[in-house]
Amino acid sequence: MVTKKEIKLSFVIALWFMVLTFPIMVIKVNTIKHIVIFRWENLLWTGIVCFFASLIWNYLLRIKEEKKKSDTKDDIPIVHRLLQNEKFRIPFLAAICLFAIAYPFVFSMYHTSILISALIYVMLGLGLNIVVGLAGLLDLGYVAFYAVGAYAYALLNLHFGISFWVVLPISALLGTIFGTLLGYPVLRLRGDYLAIVTLGFGEIIRIILENWDELGNGPRGIGNIPAPSFFGHQFNQHNSVIYIYFVVIALVLLTIFFVNRLENSRIGRAWIALRDDEIACEAMGIDKFKTKLTAFALGATWAALGGVVFAAKTSFINPMSFTIWESITILCVVVIGGMGSAIGVIAGALVLILLPEYLRAVAEYRMLVFGALQVIVMVFKPEGLIRSIRKTYKFEKTKE
Amino acid sequence: MEPILNVKNLTMNFGGLKALDDITLAVEKGQIAALIGPNGAGKTTFFNCITGIYEPTEGNVKITPPGKPTQKLQGLKTNLVTEKGLARTFQNIRLFEGMTVLENVMIGRHCRLKSGIIGAMLKPSSQKKEEKQAVVDSYEILEKIGLAQYVNEMAVNLPYGAQRRLEIARALATEPFLLLLDEPAAGMNPQETKELDDLIIWLRDNEDLSILLIEHDMKLVMSLSDNIHVVDYGRKIAEGTPEEIKSNPDVIKAYLGDESEDA
Amino acid sequence: MRLFNIILGVAVVGPLGFFGIKEIIADPVYFLELFLGGLTRGSIYALIALGYTMVYGIIQLINFAHGEIYMIGAMTALIVASVLGLWGWNSAVIVILAIVFAIVYSCAYGFTVEKIAYKPLRTAPRLSALISAIGMSLFLQNYVMLAQTPEFMPFESLIPDFQFWEPFAHIITAVEMTIIVTTVITMILLGMLIKFTKIGKAMRATAQDKIMASLVGINVNRVISTTFVVGSATAAIGGVLIACHVGQVNFFIGFLAGLKAFIAAVLGGIGSIPGAVLGSLVLGISESMFTGYFWSEYEDVFAFTILVIILIFRPSGILGKDEISKV
Repeated sequence: MVTKKEIKLSFVIALWFMVLTFPIMVIKVNTIKHIVIFRWENLLWTGIVCFFASLIWNYLLRIKEEKKKSDTKDDIPIVHRLLQNEKFRIPFLAAICLFAIAYPFVFSMYHTSILISALIYVMLGLGLNIVVGLAGLLDLGYVAFYAVGAYAYALLNLHFGISFWVVLPISALLGTIFGTLLGYPVLRLRGDYLAIVTLGFGEIIRIILENWDELGNGPRGIGNIPAPSFFGHQFNQHNSVIYIYFVVIALVLLTIFFVNRLENSRIGRAWIALRDDEIACEAMGIDKFKTKLTAFALGATWAALGGVVFAAKTSFINPMSFTIWESITILCVVVIGGMGSAIGVIAGALVLILLPEYLRAVAEYRMLVFGALQVIVMVFKPEGLIRSIRKTYKFEKTKE
Repeated sequence: MEPILNVKNLTMNFGGLKALDDITLAVEKGQIAALIGPNGAGKTTFFNCITGIYEPTEGNVKITPPGKPTQKLQGLKTNLVTEKGLARTFQNIRLFEGMTVLENVMIGRHCRLKSGIIGAMLKPSSQKKEEKQAVVDSYEILEKIGLAQYVNEMAVNLPYGAQRRLEIARALATEPFLLLLDEPAAGMNPQETKELDDLIIWLRDNEDLSILLIEHDMKLVMSLSDNIHVVDYGRKIAEGTPEEIKSNPDVIKAYLGDESEDA
Repeated sequence: MRLFNIILGVAVVGPLGFFGIKEIIADPVYFLELFLGGLTRGSIYALIALGYTMVYGIIQLINFAHGEIYMIGAMTALIVASVLGLWGWNSAVIVILAIVFAIVYSCAYGFTVEKIAYKPLRTAPRLSALISAIGMSLFLQNYVMLAQTPEFMPFESLIPDFQFWEPFAHIITAVEMTIIVTTVITMILLGMLIKFTKIGKAMRATAQDKIMASLVGINVNRVISTTFVVGSATAAIGGVLIACHVGQVNFFIGFLAGLKAFIAAVLGGIGSIPGAVLGSLVLGISESMFTGYFWSEYEDVFAFTILVIILIFRPSGILGKDEISKV
């Protein structure tokens, strides 16, 4: 499996990385107290980790090359096989439903609250999946629309006392409008420019929120945002968490329902075609710009919805919740889960958000791991954790 | 009767380079016309100019769809050209790799369908019916082209010859009156080329199509075409029936250098 | 469309020009300070923007991790200078060694990043390479943050306040002057490298047509590696200079600097080296004017607005050529 040559190569690579990381990993300077600490143990660790990482890396590269040459077809992911099998589908879904319903009553408020956060990411991930996964538009300013939703609820409630349920459709509309307004000028640009412009737009929104005191109290943010009411009835704190939990579950289900329909519709197919080959897509009579705009605006709509729920859940928002990191995290959910694959994105959101919450010890390495995973997934498994499968149709022969 | 495609004095400049120089060309209804010429003569550029991928520097392009008035084509965006009834295939196969064979054809149906975003989410009965019809129509096209057995395969997994045929199927789904084929036989073995030959003739006779094709396989071109246009260095150097072209001294001269390589 | 652009241009530039002349007459020294401050800022942008534009010219990829290379350059210089300073070395030696180490390490990082995150994706869709680049950027930021510190680290200026410069120091400091001079020298060296050396010619050939270049015997992989290394070197110079100028460094400085430099590269015409320099100077000076005369807190918003306007009205930038998509 591993040849002598590969071990030698890995050894050299490990040495290279030991030299490469030396100043940053080993030396630690305190420029205020004027102390230098040498952390020699880090050098050793870097060497060992890089040696094995390099072995695995080269092995995976070789596997990838071999796979490319042979014509083996990819297996259908196990989740899809379970869902396609009639015998398993009903019990499988029923078990998930039961678990979801029982969760807030079995587990504590703390755990429920964490799951709500993860579910908001499921919503955001599915929304961004439309933009990045299906239409292939790299949107790095997704958080801007999330902020639009959150601030819409906070401000409309603060100034006009409008309730959660009324704001929900209003903010969705606002999201669509903002998405269209931003998309209109920038979607004519080539893909990589789009990434930068959306990133810039996300930052602009955050900077404006931070500096425009009259709008949303600047960095101090807006507090006392009420939780959603149930036909005018306001729950106590404990029940309100449970209630929000079910509201989020409902919204997630609604999202899955719509996304599933969109994916196999005329519009959804056009998005995928656009992602795969823009020129061929236009030659098939698809209006490139309009199709991009619908994907972009729809993604923004979902971000705004997620923002409203976020504001209602945390009851306090400030610009710090809407940094570029948030956009990157959502992008990671989509990319690592599987671009274009709804199930992949759901799994991605749950794993990537819940795991760091429960593994506090490694939580600070979260972003480091996210970054590394993005590279690894793109190099070795661009289809992500659970890849998407396309709908199949059955036919009887109409003629012999 | 007006020719269905009428190109006059088409010129395309890239910076200082004249890729197309004053090309005039017409395709009659029901004709199979061929555009031939040595590599780099500007054949694909000509297709790109007609279909709106490039905007020609000079000249005009008019079409006369069957039963409709003559209209201008230049300046239209690519997707609108397709909507008008010109469909094309690509020299380097450009299928949608993330989709099944059937879905590739359904993309071709796109511009003839209506359902929008709200329709896709709410799925009213009209939308359901349209979608069902699109599936049936697309499958029928696959049967005609002889790809029905691959219907649910991913497009990338198809054998090479089948991929070329799928490009034609996809183009047909847009309901064209003029089909532009860019080297449809490239890379095909003699058997596949023979089948392609039959298919193109069948398309003209049964689908009421006119066809303009770019091709390097001279045997195929000579057996298929009603009319051949020859370009060299962006200029049109000859036009005529296969017999006339075979004996045209200019054409022989243009191809002489090529002969040794292609044989 | 052209007429519309002209009208728009006159409508924007006219009042601005009027306002500008009025302000300049009112306080010429302030204007000069802003102008030179902008020139300094633009010089730094130019050093970073070169890396973007060269890499883009050759593999048509926005190297998102480029800002991080610049940050690592600054970090390495800081670490080396601090260690040597504590050991009591001569300050002139420290300056030279810090710069040398910063350049060498940045080059090594640039080289490694390309091998890990971009080379395996050379034939993959653009989107994959772009996401990989973002992942790399995220990784490098967090790597430095975790291995060092999330806080800002103060940076002792490596550049001494030259005695002979004293009379002019109130308009432009010695550090600013050094930045501008260093940038000019770097530009000239780079221009010569690209114009006259063998590898420079290979770079130009590869940028025009990768397949053709490999056919005439150019090792395309090596050219790409060299491009990353050269781009990283200029970014490292920028990193050391800005660290001296601002006086503090942390893991996040590469993000904004990288973005601004990218904007500058697009402004000048991405893929064009003179364009990157021109774009950087224009961006630096206009940013400086904007913050000096209008709102300083919206400085970044201003830069992004410029980017959006440029991309909409002239996506090929000031000196760039229109791109023809190959079908």
